[in-house]
Amino acid sequence: MRAFRILGLWFGLFALLIAPAIQAAETSRPSPADSLSPAAPPAERWRPPTALSAEDQPNDNGHGIVLDWSLSADDAQLLSYEIWMARSAAAPESAWALAGFALRGSRTYSHQNEEASLKGKPNPIFVPRGTPTFFRVRGMADDGSISGWSDVASATARGNWFHKGRINVLLACLGLAGATLYFIRAARGGRKLYIRPIPGISAVDEAIGRATEMGRPILFVLGTGTAGDIATIAGYTVLSRVARKTAEYQTSLLVPVNEPVMMAMAQETVSQAYKQAGRPDLYRPESVFYISAMQFPYVAAVNGLMMREKTATNFYMGVFHAESLLLAEAGSVSGSIQISGTDQLSQIPFFVAATDYTLIGEELYAASAYLSQEPVLMGPLKAQDLIKVVIMAILVLGVIALTFSLTASDPAGIARIVSAVVHAV
Amino acid sequence: MEPTWGALAWQGLAAIVTLGIFSFLAGDNPFYKIIERTWVGVTTGYWLMLLYHTSFHDKVWVNIVVQHKWWYILPTFLGLLMWLRLSRKLAWISRYALAFYIGISTGIYIPLAFKNFVFLQLEGAVRPISFDAAGINFVIALVGLTCSLSYFFFSKPHTGILGGMSKAGILTLMIGFGAGFGLTVMGRVALLVQRVIFLRDYSVNLFGKIF
Repeated sequence: MRAFRILGLWFGLFALLIAPAIQAAETSRPSPADSLSPAAPPAERWRPPTALSAEDQPNDNGHGIVLDWSLSADDAQLLSYEIWMARSAAAPESAWALAGFALRGSRTYSHQNEEASLKGKPNPIFVPRGTPTFFRVRGMADDGSISGWSDVASATARGNWFHKGRINVLLACLGLAGATLYFIRAARGGRKLYIRPIPGISAVDEAIGRATEMGRPILFVLGTGTAGDIATIAGYTVLSRVARKTAEYQTSLLVPVNEPVMMAMAQETVSQAYKQAGRPDLYRPESVFYISAMQFPYVAAVNGLMMREKTATNFYMGVFHAESLLLAEAGSVSGSIQISGTDQLSQIPFFVAATDYTLIGEELYAASAYLSQEPVLMGPLKAQDLIKVVIMAILVLGVIALTFSLTASDPAGIARIVSAVVHAV
Repeated sequence: MEPTWGALAWQGLAAIVTLGIFSFLAGDNPFYKIIERTWVGVTTGYWLMLLYHTSFHDKVWVNIVVQHKWWYILPTFLGLLMWLRLSRKLAWISRYALAFYIGISTGIYIPLAFKNFVFLQLEGAVRPISFDAAGINFVIALVGLTCSLSYFFFSKPHTGILGGMSKAGILTLMIGFGAGFGLTVMGRVALLVQRVIFLRDYSVNLFGKIF
């Protein structure tokens, strides 16, 4: 069977190596359009858009320009506006490049492009930082006829260190950070922080015990996301707990992964857990192994693994996509007890249907704090709860304020609410 | 148009692979094992070359050697540190690269999560209640949303009012999950139908060519 894997590997490498040659041959082949005579220029039939102005796009990294114009007098006859750009106002016709389209009736267009080159060639619609870029606009009708050009307008794109539209995000992050630090300090100071029991997590020890009694391995799948996804990071914490228990019980653990960085992270996590359990001698680096970066081959291999190794317990913790049901169903058929957790809304239903316990969304993040009871992990969870209360309050108060058109300078607002409630009663 | 033998051969390969994967429904078997291993091998080879082109060539070679963007040396250096995992003595140095990767991912994700999953959602949810059928719908959605949020409140036991809200919340979530389940299953059935149609068309073409 190893031979098939190696054969396949060489086949894949060969296919990719010859792909550029095939592509080069195809691009060098003359296309039918090349042999035709140049098309006649489109008829200029409509009046141009006017008063074109350009300015730097605010709150960006310096590669965006915002255009405004007044509609063509024949706007109703047009299909769209073409936006063209060049490096100078006096550039020859061939140096102008089509940057984008705006539907008829549009008076504004935002052009952003930060790729200076495309496939090694200069990108004609790149917006350089600190250098003027010139734009002009014309209308186009569905029969291919066009309007005259607008005047040329130019602007210089400049980068901004601070996104003024994200002040709310900054305040929220600072609020969360402050609350997190407060709760961490409180927990370290001896304050007892309560976390409600999470059934899926309470079942972890039971599931590991079952595998130990049956003498079969435990399978831990970290999903098909990347090593840096928040759900994957939460998955490492649960993996750490599971690995510590498997080290204590001397149960075999299998962690197939689909990303090299994730493999490194998982190996570190499992290795540390075995050390913490006082059994570094039992740790086998090959228990965490790479299969394939592609989703469905990975699933095919993991499904086969479940059947062949007859895993007693399967954990699915991380980011999952279309493979969730395929994995959970195969695990169910093989008779494994299964615990899943993901923050992918579209996949939670499949886990709920096919696994024994499911950590829904944020329960997965809470799992790490619940399992460890460490102040550093409890703090953020408590802070998130606080943020949730604030969100609920904003939600309810916001709806009330909008419903009764309340404003800060409207003292009669409360009276209006009372009147509406009395009227309704 | 009648298919050529060459096209039929390629389609035949696809049909064999399809049947090989479907054979898993009858349990693990040698046919499935062959297809599975071949598939994993092919995709690993493909991915390796893809990474070479999209990561090494486009992000390292082009940026540093061609465009002289020297600051790209820093992430390249961090990437090279990962290779130290192959050495038993120096493997610990790779943790710096891992720590940087995880830290930067989290730092990018949290503000994005606030923007996409908190502020934009709030913006959509905070609306005036109109006193008509749409208003009733909105109130139901608002109550469902508030109760669902309360289900994810971990700091208090789910008893009393919070317990009731939490139950209503999980009920709301399950209704949503049920709808999502049905929708996705429909999509999956469509994919199955597509594969079955492919197998049918292939067998029709093959028998048509032979006989």
